[in-house]
Amino acid sequence: MKEKIAIKVDDLTVAYNFKPVLWDIDLSVPEGVLMAIVGPNGAGKSTLIKAMLDIIKPIAGSVEIFGKPYKKQYKEVAYVPQKGSVDWDFPTTALDVVMMGTYGSLGWIKRPGRKQKKEALEALEKVGMLEFRSRQISQLSGGQQQRIFLARALVQQASIYIMDEPFQGVDATTEKAIINILKELRKEGKTVVVVHHDLQTVPEYFDWVTFLNVKKIATGSVKDIFNDDNLTKTYGINYKVSVLQ
Amino acid sequence: MTSAQIEIQLIACIVAIACAIPGAFLVLRKMAMISDAISHSILPGIVIGFFLTEDLNSPWLILLAALSGIITVVMVEYIQKTGLVKEDTAIGLVFPALFSIGVILIAKNAGDVHLDVDAVLLGELAFAPFDRLLIGGTDVGPKSLWVIGTILLITLGLLISFFKELKISTFDKQLAATLGFSPVLMHYGLMSIASVTTVGAFDAVGAILVVALMIAPPAMAYLLIKDLKKMLVLACIFGVIAALAGYWMAHWLDASIAGSITTVLGMLFLIIYLFAPNSGLISVLHRQKRQKIEVHLLTFLLHLQNHQEKSERHINHLNEHINWHKVRATSVVDLALKNNMITIDDHIISLTEKGRIFTTEAINYIITNKSAAIEDMKERFFLFRG
Ligand SMILES: Nc1ncnc2c1ncn2[C@@H]1O[C@H](COP(=O)(O)OP(=O)(O)O)[C@@H](O)[C@H]1O
Ligand SMILES: [Mg+2]
Repeated sequence: MKEKIAIKVDDLTVAYNFKPVLWDIDLSVPEGVLMAIVGPNGAGKSTLIKAMLDIIKPIAGSVEIFGKPYKKQYKEVAYVPQKGSVDWDFPTTALDVVMMGTYGSLGWIKRPGRKQKKEALEALEKVGMLEFRSRQISQLSGGQQQRIFLARALVQQASIYIMDEPFQGVDATTEKAIINILKELRKEGKTVVVVHHDLQTVPEYFDWVTFLNVKKIATGSVKDIFNDDNLTKTYGINYKVSVLQ
Repeated sequence: MTSAQIEIQLIACIVAIACAIPGAFLVLRKMAMISDAISHSILPGIVIGFFLTEDLNSPWLILLAALSGIITVVMVEYIQKTGLVKEDTAIGLVFPALFSIGVILIAKNAGDVHLDVDAVLLGELAFAPFDRLLIGGTDVGPKSLWVIGTILLITLGLLISFFKELKISTFDKQLAATLGFSPVLMHYGLMSIASVTTVGAFDAVGAILVVALMIAPPAMAYLLIKDLKKMLVLACIFGVIAALAGYWMAHWLDASIAGSITTVLGMLFLIIYLFAPNSGLISVLHRQKRQKIEVHLLTFLLHLQNHQEKSERHINHLNEHINWHKVRATSVVDLALKNNMITIDDHIISLTEKGRIFTTEAINYIITNKSAAIEDMKERFFLFRG
């Protein structure tokens, strides 16, 4: 195991309307890993990352980002929400959405200027969306919208990137482009946490994995723990992964 | 024009702008209904405030009444959070209750209060110039002009200062939260402004016109423009147009000013709803029709690509072979010809090189959903737009 812990989740229990959807989760994400969170629909994957990001308040337990509460560390963390969580008919352009990533470092009231615009354009270039910068966001395809979200996270220049199903409803080219950027981030020493659906690609894309289904089933390196046993425990049916390397 | 006429129009325009700004964010947050709720449930606040201050334009009354607007929002959210009913139901439960408390308070104290429910709902803009603000004995203009003018200045100041915060918390609440901008604070800030504006405006224009001015101009602008700043400006312009046109309509018809402004808003909305270039009803129907033709075009081109034999490509056999009605067949053939995708030689249709490439790419797109390849086709064909 690597030395420094990026995200530490301690005895976390989260409930909606007093009905717990996450029970007593303990989890340490080492710095510099590219981690997948896998589990069936309704397992609480989105809820777990929202709790990590302090969007949802847990009824018990705590989350630490590099040893401190989220509120003190929010500049270290960039979040890519599920594409469906926003209204894509909102009157704004691709560039403007990416600029929103700079708002955190600006703080209250101060307005984005030339520097922020330059950063946003660079991020757009990185995700291959520069030519679409002036396009209204409803005029983008699903894959393009996801790239915009990724670019917005990139301009935050965070140490930790947390994403909810970034590959959902995107084309194969976009999926490749996104995973390449994520691998690049890991190379730069960043920590990346991704809610992921496609079990086939876990060994190819990720080096760390957490199995989740209301409780934490297992967490560790893909090599050690991505096996039929944990998959069966998580999904409740007999699983055979033929893709294991 | 008399000075009273000018004052009335000025008040109407300022009310329109002051309403359009918070209204635009309510529309974008899909919370139009809440403005209706606020406009009614401020009544008990107004009545109680009036008992205490005896002055409909007192700042205390405005704050007290705005507070009942906020209480409405809190109650709606609380009921919604129990998960037993949906938001619209919660709104429907809360505001009639608060409104009726206001009605009862007025009825019980009819002797002391010259305030009636009609006045609250409909207002009377025509009387606004009679209630003057005197400072040290000098007449400085109608009171309601000062009240709503002050509210507009505060709104503008907050809008300019917190534009980016409002934008991000409206577009992506969760991102706003993770970046350290409290969406809850922005939400209640917006609700407070909406409540204060409603209270400040109801005396002059009535609660119903306040709702119309908050919702209709931003909704129209939203149909026309896909840029938040321009949408805000356009919403204000629509509000002002409706205010002025409504005023003169009332003047000529000798009707209620608030009623006329609402009517103008309704008519403007209908026109834009029908004729807006991209999102208007007519344009949407037209686009659906084109899409239908284009799907047939693709089927037709595919048929040509798959059949080399002449009998399959004879123009008169289109009907039998692909089961089309004549009219549709003609428009499909015309479209294909216009785009140089086919040539017709002695009634025999052949694909051109361009038609072949288009068919292959289009099918490829539909199968793989890969979008980069057809970016430039998107401009010409509806089929590939959202
Ligand atoms: N806002 C909410 N209110 C009530 N229940 C919720 C809410 N969000 C999620 N849930 C419930 O919590 C459980 C976990 O949801 P979620 O974290 O979205 O799962 P996943 O992302 O793994 O599919 C589900 O049963 C879901 O129905
Ligand atoms: Mg989810």
